Amino acid sequence: MAKTQVSIDTNIYNIKAKDESILKTYGLTEQVVREISKLKGEPDWILDIRLKGLKLFYELENPTWGPDLSMLHIEEIATYVKPNSNMERSWEDIPDEIKNTFDRLGIPEAEKKSLAGVGAQFDSEMVYHNLEEELKSKGVIYCNFDEAIFKYPELFKKYFMKAVPINDHKYIALHYALFSGGSFIYIPKGVKLDMPLQSYFRLNAPGAGQFEHTLIIVEDDASLEFIEGCSAPGYNDLNLHAGCVELFVGKNAYLRFSTIENWSRNMLNLNTKKCIVDAHGKIEWITGSFGSKISMLYPLSILNGEGATCEYTGISFAGKGQNLDTGLKVVLNAPKTNLFVDSKSISKDGGICTFRSNVDVMKNAHKANLALSCESLMLDSESKSDTIPFNDIRVDDITFSHEATIGKISDEMIFYLMSRGLDEEEAKALIVRGFAEPISKSFPVEYAVEMNRLINLELEGTIG
Amino acid sequence: MLQIKNLHTIAVDDGSAILKGLDLNIKKGEIHVIMGPNGSGKSTLANTIFANPRYEITDGSIIFEGKNINDLDTTKRARLGMFLSFQSPVELPGVSVANFLKTAKNNMTGEKINLYNFAKETNELMKKLHIPSDALDRDLNVGFSGGEKKKMEMLQLLTLNPKLAILDETDSGLDVDAIKIVRDGIKMYKNSDNAVLIITHSTKILEGLDIDYVHVLVNGKIVKTGDSSLALEIDKNGYKDYLG
Repeated sequence: MAKTQVSIDTNIYNIKAKDESILKTYGLTEQVVREISKLKGEPDWILDIRLKGLKLFYELENPTWGPDLSMLHIEEIATYVKPNSNMERSWEDIPDEIKNTFDRLGIPEAEKKSLAGVGAQFDSEMVYHNLEEELKSKGVIYCNFDEAIFKYPELFKKYFMKAVPINDHKYIALHYALFSGGSFIYIPKGVKLDMPLQSYFRLNAPGAGQFEHTLIIVEDDASLEFIEGCSAPGYNDLNLHAGCVELFVGKNAYLRFSTIENWSRNMLNLNTKKCIVDAHGKIEWITGSFGSKISMLYPLSILNGEGATCEYTGISFAGKGQNLDTGLKVVLNAPKTNLFVDSKSISKDGGICTFRSNVDVMKNAHKANLALSCESLMLDSESKSDTIPFNDIRVDDITFSHEATIGKISDEMIFYLMSRGLDEEEAKALIVRGFAEPISKSFPVEYAVEMNRLINLELEGTIG
Repeated sequence: MLQIKNLHTIAVDDGSAILKGLDLNIKKGEIHVIMGPNGSGKSTLANTIFANPRYEITDGSIIFEGKNINDLDTTKRARLGMFLSFQSPVELPGVSVANFLKTAKNNMTGEKINLYNFAKETNELMKKLHIPSDALDRDLNVGFSGGEKKKMEMLQLLTLNPKLAILDETDSGLDVDAIKIVRDGIKMYKNSDNAVLIITHSTKILEGLDIDYVHVLVNGKIVKTGDSSLALEIDKNGYKDYLG
């Protein structure tokens, strides 16, 4: 079959702003941690958490399963980078260098389309946060995570670290030692946002680590859609992302948490996400994982109330040299709880996609309803795809289905499409986009367009 | 329009010879039919004309509108104005009929099509083919019946409106509906400027069509050419006179 290649402009994902950060801290010692805390002017109890995290990080081992993380040397990672900008209220006040990057990534455009609020994190600190006045008057809080420590100390104390404990694993300990920036969102009882809130993270400094903490509380009968986008330009230094997301969904409340991650190929993405859902509440995880060298990401949902639901829709795309180890963990801890999983993965040029599901159905989860579907598509024979389900079921009156399929693009499909005038590359792209379509349509339209663009970028040179 | 000279092909996977010196000459305005017993090379011919990588030309040439196309890949051949209707078209999950038609049309014409006109034309064609309009939103061929898949092939034929249409209908097991759909599609498509090659096993598909030539393909070669009466004769007596 003929070899053809289309070139796609990758520039937009590779914008490197000049590194104009005013403070950069390398390595990880007690002094560094104290320095960060002092700079932020934090209360002592926060510093204590940081120091405890630091101690645990050095005590805990790397996981004995999944991708090999031994290439990560924390002393080579910039653990804190303060950009040359304080929190700004208005887009115009942001320094040009940073603004250009965001402009080219389309952030203000997104806001112009009247998204309810936008937060953007550049390196370690949030640089821009905005929330419509109307939402403020309803008691909605959307602010920089660090700011919440001072402005909403009671809420903060009530929820911080309550979903994700400090000793969960080595990199969450690291996170608690170094956390900086992120979003804090509080949706009061009964308030339903009909526009999504969104946040954007970008790592600009070479060798930087990003440890943002996102805490979202959706009170009873309230509803929220939150979208986070993450990216980092391509540098040669190893980058680390060890963020943390803690979500609390109240009774009869709804939270849709959408993420599109597009990391550079030198990124170790070790993110920890957890959600606790009360009776008849619903968490929807929508995840698009692109880029990174290694990703280990398994959002955990604990369904604590009767009738609580977790829906997971995710897609990952691993190319050459990438190992994307993703999946989910769910604890069904009440009667009539529901779990619906629709996972898809695409691997090419030797990329590895692994999907792990860890499902615990507890003794009291009578009449629980679980349906899992995992589909993978491999674009060539060097690529790998694996589905690793682990189910611990302690009750017998449940409905449970698990489907896993692994597919390849057949020569027949390519031939058919070429006979309709598409070249080989376009034919593959059409098939892959079709495969991803049920997932991309779960995203708002701008993000769906973005995702299709990312798929095209990933496919670039597939056949070369 | 299409000239095939002394065409020899082998199957790439096992190197076996399939077409062994095939000649064919199709002119503008003509309908040709190729018939032959199982294993005679009928499907290989359609695939070779479209550069399916499973077959390799070892000798001879395929000439389209005066140009030797032996070295062109499937895409380039299609863009010259050739269309292949598949025996069993593939299913494309996540790709809607509308999106697929638009993508194919854009690629064939090499320019962005006017969406408004395109939608209007497509709607008219769908009415003619008795395809309900909600089919546009369905994933191409996914969960379609045999007849619906044939309708999709005919819809593509009429949408792309090629110079030469090749219909691979080698399966004798086509149901009556599907046969009628293909027959009607050809009637709608055919005019004095284009040409059709029907590769088939059964004569039912030919009923009511104005056939110019019927060729009998046996063991990789055309052993007899005649007019439409040859098809009727084969229908009656089978291939026994042409074998061995």
